[in-house]
This record gives sequence, C-alpha cells and structure tokens, in this order.
Amino acid sequence: MRLTAGESVASGTSRDVLGRGLRVLGQAIREQPRIFAVAVSGSVLFGLLVIASAYVVGAVVGDVVVPAVERGEAARGALALAAAALFGISVLRVVGIFGRRLGAGYMQYRLQAAYRRRVTRRYLELPLAWHHRNSTGTLLSNANSDVEAAWYPIAPLPFAVGTLVMLVGAVASLFFTDWALALVGLAVFPALFALNVVYSRRMAPRQARAQRLRAEVSGIAHESFDGALVVKTMGREAQETARFASRAGELRDALISVGRLRGVFDPMLETLPSLGTLAVLVVGAIRFRQGAISVTELVSVAFLFTVLAFPVRAIGWVLAELPRSVAGWDRVRRVLDATGEMPYGTTTLDPATREPATLAFDDVHFAYEPAEAHLPGAKVLGEVTFTVPAGKTVALVGPTGAGKSTIASLAVRLVDPGAGRVTLDGVDVRELTAASLAGNVALVAQVPFVFDDTVRANIALDRAGIGDDEVWAALRLAEADGFVAALPDGLDTMVGERGTSLSGGQRQRLTLARALAGRPRLLVLDDATSAVDPRVEAAILAGLRAPADGGAPASILVVAYRRATIALADEVIYVEQGRVVARGTHTELLATVPGYADLVTAYEQAEQEREQNRTYDEVTPLPSGLEIEVDR
Amino acid sequence: MSTTTGENSESTETTWQTLRRGLALSPELRTGLAGTLALALVYMVGRVAVPVAVQRGIDHGIVGGLDLNVISLTVAITAGVLVVTTACGYLMMRRLFTVSETALAGVRTRAFRHVHDLSMLHQQSERRGSLVSRVTSDVDQITQFLQWGGVILIVNLGQLLVTTAVMLAYSWQLTLVVLVAFAPAVLVIRRLQRRLAGAYGLVRQRTGTLLGAIGESVVGAPVIRAYGIAGRTARRLDTAIDGQRVAQQRAIRISIMGSSVGELAAGLALAGVVVVGVSLGAGGTLSIGQLTAFLFLVTLFIQPVQIATEVLNEAQNAIAGWRRVLDVLDVSPDVADPGEQGRELPPGPLDARFAGVTFAYPGGPPVLHDVTLDIPAKSRVAVVGETGSGKTTFAKLLTRLMDPTEGQVLLSGVDLRQVRFDSLRSRVVMVPQDGFLFDATVGENVRFARPDLTDERLTAAFAELGLSDWLDGLPSGLDTPVGERGEALSVGERQLVALARAYVADPDLLVLDEATSAVDPATEVRLQRTLDAVTRGRTTLAIAHRLSTAQAADEVIVVDRGRIVQRGPHEELVRDTDSVYALLYASWLEQTR
Repeated sequence: MRLTAGESVASGTSRDVLGRGLRVLGQAIREQPRIFAVAVSGSVLFGLLVIASAYVVGAVVGDVVVPAVERGEAARGALALAAAALFGISVLRVVGIFGRRLGAGYMQYRLQAAYRRRVTRRYLELPLAWHHRNSTGTLLSNANSDVEAAWYPIAPLPFAVGTLVMLVGAVASLFFTDWALALVGLAVFPALFALNVVYSRRMAPRQARAQRLRAEVSGIAHESFDGALVVKTMGREAQETARFASRAGELRDALISVGRLRGVFDPMLETLPSLGTLAVLVVGAIRFRQGAISVTELVSVAFLFTVLAFPVRAIGWVLAELPRSVAGWDRVRRVLDATGEMPYGTTTLDPATREPATLAFDDVHFAYEPAEAHLPGAKVLGEVTFTVPAGKTVALVGPTGAGKSTIASLAVRLVDPGAGRVTLDGVDVRELTAASLAGNVALVAQVPFVFDDTVRANIALDRAGIGDDEVWAALRLAEADGFVAALPDGLDTMVGERGTSLSGGQRQRLTLARALAGRPRLLVLDDATSAVDPRVEAAILAGLRAPADGGAPASILVVAYRRATIALADEVIYVEQGRVVARGTHTELLATVPGYADLVTAYEQAEQEREQNRTYDEVTPLPSGLEIEVDR
Repeated sequence: MSTTTGENSESTETTWQTLRRGLALSPELRTGLAGTLALALVYMVGRVAVPVAVQRGIDHGIVGGLDLNVISLTVAITAGVLVVTTACGYLMMRRLFTVSETALAGVRTRAFRHVHDLSMLHQQSERRGSLVSRVTSDVDQITQFLQWGGVILIVNLGQLLVTTAVMLAYSWQLTLVVLVAFAPAVLVIRRLQRRLAGAYGLVRQRTGTLLGAIGESVVGAPVIRAYGIAGRTARRLDTAIDGQRVAQQRAIRISIMGSSVGELAAGLALAGVVVVGVSLGAGGTLSIGQLTAFLFLVTLFIQPVQIATEVLNEAQNAIAGWRRVLDVLDVSPDVADPGEQGRELPPGPLDARFAGVTFAYPGGPPVLHDVTLDIPAKSRVAVVGETGSGKTTFAKLLTRLMDPTEGQVLLSGVDLRQVRFDSLRSRVVMVPQDGFLFDATVGENVRFARPDLTDERLTAAFAELGLSDWLDGLPSGLDTPVGERGEALSVGERQLVALARAYVADPDLLVLDEATSAVDPATEVRLQRTLDAVTRGRTTLAIAHRLSTAQAADEVIVVDRGRIVQRGPHEELVRDTDSVYALLYASWLEQTR
C-alpha cells in the first residue's frame, strides 16, 4: 500500500515543489469550491474568535476583575455579561470548528473518492497493452496511496488559510491597540511562521527516507515469507533474519533522525510564543507606565500571544505534506493522461445465430509497445494467417515464447494487431460492439482468475440469461459440478482471495465453466487445462466438441502441449518465433515438420534415451527378477 | 497445536495486559524511563511558566504601583526557565525516540525470525500477507503512534498534572470549578472515543474491501475486457469507493464532536472561573494576577481534552498492533529445533524410515494412515498418487516441515525430532514445486545455501548438470538478475536454477516436489535430464506428478487415500493392469503420445 508513496519526493527543487504543490491545491479548490468555502469560512470564523477571545479575556480582567477586587464587591451585571461572553465565544467557536473540520474532511474524502473513481475508470478503459507495461503494485498504489497522498494536505488546508487571515487580523488588532506591542507581534509571528517553514522543509526528506525504507523492509518481509519453504528447507533463517535486521536497523536510524528533528523543533515552536508573551509583559509594562495602554490591553495582548501559537502550526502541516502531495498527484495524472483506448465498433453479429463462428487471421502482425517511447517494440507476430472454420477445433502448438498466447489475445480482441485483420464471421473484430464480441467469443486464460465473490457470481458475471440452471450446466461441462456441489454453500460459497481456497485445477475448471456459461460461438483455450488431471481434461474436451445436451458445439482454438489434446483437433497450426511454420493434421505435421515432431515427441525421445542408458548401466549384472523391456 | 493468531484475539486482553506483555518482551523499553518522564515533567513546567509570570508580573509589578524591576526580574527568570525546559523537551524526545525505535526494531526483527521458525503448517494457516503485516504495518503503527500520539499523550498528561498543581496552589475553589466544568466533557469523550474506535474499525474494513476491488480490477483486467463486464466492475468499484468515503465521513463527524465538547467545556470553565473568581477576589482571597493566571491555565486544559479522542484512538490501534505482534511471538513453534541437546545425523549416505506414521492436519481427518516405509540409502524412490492422495505429506514429514501425529520418521535410525536443525538442513534438502527465487542474480540464488562457493565452482556445477549452454545463453551468465520472484526467467528456467541450488547444497537426502507447471515438453525433458544428474548417487524421494519420474525411479510408492497401496519398480507395477498405478500410467500414456 505504501510501497511507492514518497519515493520521488526528493525530485525537483523545493521552490519548484512549493509552486507545483500550490497548483495541486488550486485544482482541489476548483473542484470543490463550495465545500472549501464552507471550510474556510469556519476556519476564518474560528481564527477571528481566537482574537476576540483574547480581547474579551483582557476586558474581563481589566473591566470586571480589577474593579471588583479593588472595590471588594462584584458588579453582578458586568459579571454575568463577562461569563456569557466567554461561553458565547466558545459556542461560536464550536460552529467554526464544525465548519472547518467537517468541510475539510468532506472535501478531502470527496476528492479521494472522485479521483479513485477516475483512476479506476481509466484502468477499465485503457487497453491491456497499457496494463502490461505497468506492474500490479504500481496500479494498486496509483488508485490507493497516490490518490490519498495527493489530497493529504487538504485536511489542514482550511485551517492554514484561516490562520493566515487570523495572523493578519492579529497584527492589525495589535496596531489598533498599541504600536509598540504590534512591533513585538511583528517580530514573533513571522519568526514563528519561518520556524514552521524550516521545520517542514527539513522534515520532508527525512520522512521520505523513512517511507522508502519502510517499503524496503516490507519488500524483504514479503519476499522472505513468500520463499519461506526455500529458506526453511535450506536452513537459511539466520541469514534471512540478518538481511531483514540490517534494513530494519536503517529504518530505525531514519525514524530516530525524524524524532530528533521533532525534538529540536517541537519545543522551540512552543517556547517562541511564550517568549513573545514575556516580551509583551516587559514592553506592556513600559507602555502602561507611559499611560499608553491599560491593564485590559496588556492582558489582551499577552493572552493573544498564548492562544495564537497552536493554529500557526497548521501552516507547517500543509507545507510538510506538499512534496508527497505533488509526487502522488504526478503519478495519478500519469494514469489519467494515458492514451490508447481501444474503442469498440458499432456492428453486431446476428444475435439469433447459435451456429459456431468462423475465426480468421489475415496477415496479422503484432509488436508489444516498448516501455519507453523511443525504443523499438518487441516484435511478437508476423504474417500470421489461418482460419478456424465453423465448428472445427484447431490446435495451436509451438515452443514457449512462440507467440501462442498473443494469438489467443488477438482472437478475442484483448489486443489489436499492428497490421492485418482478425475477423469473426467475416467481420473485423474492431468493428464489433463490446456486447456482441463478449457474447460470441470467450477466452479461458492460462492463469485462472477468480473474483472475490460466490461461485455463482463468478460464473454468471451478471450476464443476462444465465440462471442457476445454466450455471450448473456449464459446471457439468467443465467437470466442475462435483466439487462445487461438495462446497459448504454450493453455488453460494465465497471463493477467491477471502473465500474458500481452491486448487489450481479447480480454479481452471471454474473459469472454463464461466466461459461455457455464455454459450460462446468461438472458444479460445490458452493452455487452460494444464492443472487439470489428464483424464478429466480429455472428458472436458470431448464434451466441448459434442455437447451432451445436444446444443451447438463451438469453434475451438486451443493452445496445447498434451498430445491427447492435440489429437482431438481437426487441424494443427505450428508456430515458431511468431510465424506460422506449418499447418495440417497432427499426423501430417509429425511426418513433415521436424520442429513439431521434436516438440510433441520429446517425452518418447527422452524415454528411449533413458531406456538406453538403463540398458548400458545395468548390462551387467542384470538384477534378478527385473526385466528390461522397451514397452510399446 | 494452535493454528490461529492475531485477528480473533482482539478483545480478550486488556490494554494493561498487552502493555505488560510487551514490556516483558522488550525490557529495553524501560531503559531510563524514569529519567524520560522526569524530563517530560520539567518540560511541562515551561507551559505553566507564562501564566505564573503573568500572575507575578500583575500582582507584584503592576497592580498597586508599577515596578519595572520586579517585572524585568520575573521575565528574566521565566525566560531562563523556558530555555531549560525547552532543552529538557529536546532531551526527553531524543531519549524517548531512541529507546522506543531501538526496542521496536528489535521486536520487528524477532517477530521476523519467529515467523520463519514457525512450522510450515502454521505459516500456511495464516495468510502470508497477514504475517508480513505483523513485521511491517503493525510495528509501523506502534512507531508512528509513539512519534506523534505517544509524545502528545505523555506531554498532555504532564501538562494536566502540572497545570492542576499550579491551579491548586492558587486556589482550590477555582480548581474545583475547572474540574467540574471538564468532568462531563471527559465522560462524553469516553463514550465518543468508543464510538470513534468502532467508526475507524469500519473505515479499515471498508478500505480493505476497496483495496480488494481495485486489485480485482487490475489483476482481472483481461477477464473484465474479454467478458465485457467493465460496467459491472465499475459499479462494484463505485460501491467500494463510496462505502469507504461514507465511513470516513462518519468517523470525522464523531471526532469533531469530541473536540467540540472540549471547546464547550473550556468555555464553561472560563465563565465559571470568572464568576466564582470575581466573588473570591472581591472577598480578598484571590489576587487579580492569580485570577488572570487561571484564565491562562484553563486554556492549557483545552488542548489535551480536545485531542484526547484522537490520541486515545491511535493508542488503541497501536496497542492492537502490538498485541498482534506479541501474539505471533507467543506462538511456540510446534516444530522446534532441539538445539544443543539435539543429535547430529550420522555421516555417510542416509536411509529413511517411516515407522507407523499417521498425520492429520489440526481438526482434520488423517491424511496418512499408519504408514511404514523404508527407503534404503542411495536409492531413488518416487511417490505417485492422485491429487489429494497425501503424497506431498511424505515430503513435508521427511524434511520436518511438519511432525507426524503418530509414529516416527527416522533418518539413519535417528528420530527427526531429535536432530539438530543445522545438521538436518545441511544434509536434507527439498526442492519445492514452485522453485522460488529471490530478487538477486542467478549466481546468488544458486549459492543461497552455500554462500562460500566461488563463481568457478558454480560454473562447474552447471556444467556437471549439463546446463552450460543454458548458462552461457544468459545475458550476463551467473550475474544475470532474475527479477522479482525470478520473473525475468521463464518457469522452466526458474526450476533449473532451483535444481542447481539444491545440487550445490550437496545433500545426502534430496526431496523433490515435482512441478506440474506448464512448460513445453522440450523444456520438461531438459528439466528431467537435470533432475537425473542432481539425484545421481543420493537418497532421493520424489513426489512425482510426471510418471516419467516414476519410470526412472528404483522404486515407486503408490499412495491412495493416505495409504500405500502398491510399491515396487515401475515395470512390476504396470503388470497388474487393474491396479491404481496401471490406471494412472495408462492415463499418462494417453496424454503424452
């Protein structure tokens, strides 16, 4: 969560950060002007009441207390008025507090919510190619901690603005009272302000360093616990602990350094106004002797210095958060300004047709976009042309990295080709509407993804026309009905991150059922049954080709390694390094394409080799009761 | 054997108990505590210095004849006091932060080590993420509290103490007025604080939901796109986003009520002080300066009361975090190193024996039933069976990641529970399924267990495994970085590195939990060859998912529903065409040719 916050805080000069930080705050005010106005009004009211309270206290002392003590009796009317004024100011201050804090809080939370919404909307709009270029961790923190960091200074902002107004008001009231005391104020308030600025400037890099080290400590813990099995079985606990301890030690030192800075500035920030009050006592006494001021004014000003100290710190809080805010804002903007949407078209395929679809690749080229704009992209596919005829099963075979998954992604338009066309029943997939595309084709990926939801929701995905009957039918077809029925709450069982944990094979079958539930006319299986037991896999594939309920079979494009899977295909397309090298039936390719034969017969070759070795190894003496036979 | 920690023990322990437990575990936290508190108290004298100076200045320097000397002297002394108290404030914080951060770094490191010492069983019963947060965010919560709230708490308690003392010295009647004015506020704030804790709890919960929803939209992007369910996803996100916002707004409303109550109490106290104080002053028992000082002192009461809700809430969070860390530390490792009293494994090749071994996960049915099995030294044994048959339990028991519920596992006649970990780990090595790699270079990963090995030795090891070509093909050879979790390498390559890592560890007993991950058959064959080289001449137990491994083994153990149903060489087992093994083998053949 905190992994990236504060990382690039040190970038740019501090004046630069101040300017940009203020612009970010400006943006916030433009977006929530009304609630900001409420918050600032509350804050200004509060600030002015702070000044007022000082003068009321002064007046109470000078005009009520002094006469009463000197005369030996209290003037009841004046006393009641004094008490009412003091309590009344408190009541009004509560109004100010409500306006300020409620306004500030609501403004901060609304901005956070609005920007989380915008960022996650962009995630949904931006193409997968963009997703691939960004790590999951980065995208998570963009929507969470970066948005939070960007709007963090909003919480103390109205207080700081109100405090600035209050400081001006205080100086003005001082001049109104007495110029000499005003000069004391002019010396103390700017010094207090400056001390706050210096404090936040010094603090920012230290905080950033601590933040970075926190992320590093967390990174080590994550890695080490993820690799716990390796650590444990190799007995490396002590070394891992040493690695963790050294970084935890750096974090400790960083935090101590933060604490020491606090230790220097916090007491000074408290002492400075106190010294101001003392100066007021001396200067005030001199002015009193000169007859320039009364006791009322002297006490008022002394009190003013005491109560002003705390609000001034709000300015420091805003300044301290600005570098983090700017860094968070930059990362959020990067998402919001990213381009490359994949808009859908307007054509729909006849929704009534349930016949299998024809998929065609026509001279398709594809290159992954480079991580940086000036670098050339990695070319993955070139001149890929093939067809999956209606109702047929085509197997896509090739070594790791040949581009099989990319072909699967292109077939269902997760990505668009750089050149060439992918068509479904003769229509370019780019011209299809989102609904038409999703209604006709389904991809089951290599790594199954299960939502944090019930089994039912994971399969139906709120799609129209998929009720419990359809869900069960799909589960049966995916050979998943058995384990789902055995789950504690059946279809209502929560699965995913916070639910019942499923095995890899179970997850694969669930995602397969999800695809089947939509009765796609083209099914693309990207090595989607690798974790399923071979016998189960064979049953699933047979079921797909000839649905037991008599429904129409789908056209199937299947990425496969297992020979049983390949054997079910009407045609095999063999790819190497992004190009279609050969196509034909399994038997044809086996006979004519050496690369293909090597790949699919690797097991047998290895076995023969092993048998030979064993024969050599054990040529003498032959263990009794053990026959060597090359089976087949 | 306890299997859960943390989350559900939330309310069973009082704050004091947690603090006591925490202090017992980190006695260094007490180091110089008395001195630190004394410094805090002196620091707080600075806060009442000004009201006292005002009182003395007014009473002795202004009322009844102006005396600039008295005022100058008062101010000079007070300024001197302030310099001292400021210095004390610095020293107090410096000591506090140094001691607490050092102690907490120690706790963090100890908890980290402890997690590694817990058995596999325990590590799995906890979500890994939650173990990580024990040594990260939970400790962070404590240190962040100490850096902010902790200081405020100490300082404000001191402030209340010193302020009350000075007020009492001036007038017990007025002190009573102030305390009476604040008493209802304290009661209300206590109630609010409880509500606030609940509100923040809801915020945390909703934040968790939100993170989950964002995570789904990011990780599940291909599915969302392929099924055209962006609208549904957006609605789920909006619900989560607004849910968090509403919870946050509710929390801040409660928090504001807390500060408002404090503010009103202060107003009440000021009014009360003036009314009662003027009567007292008129009666001659209170001077003008004293009354004025009282008005100043009352303001010192506001701040602690106002932020009490927030600070107490932070304190609760920090205590809860501490409790979770302590709970982890308190779980005694169920698979413990016998340490010094333990025995060394006898030198030479190791044989293994399962003697009447039964194993059940806590609260579950037995996974293995009364298994007895001998694995002769230097033999290669493969364990096969359907998913869920209990075959991986063999690997976990043999490497002592878990202990049997009944019976014994013996290596060369020594019960594993008596074997010292350093001896066990240097002689018995397991290659787990996923071949986890650390974010370092290929070389560093391979010498993980043997940091002393030279590059030459590693290169030679790769050659011995027949992997020289592969190593030479890497951009920087041994120095090639493998990326986070090894993701810069393919799945097959990661497994090669993991095998090399086990090979250079040179164990006498090798336990392999074979991977089923999708690699192309050519890669799989290469892995198989490497495996053959690694296992040559060692006692090997392989949990076989590929029956080619079983074919190559000296003996195959077939496990079905927790029992050994067949054993013998591959060729013998396939002869019984109705047997479990023959069926498995037939299915395997179907898939591979």
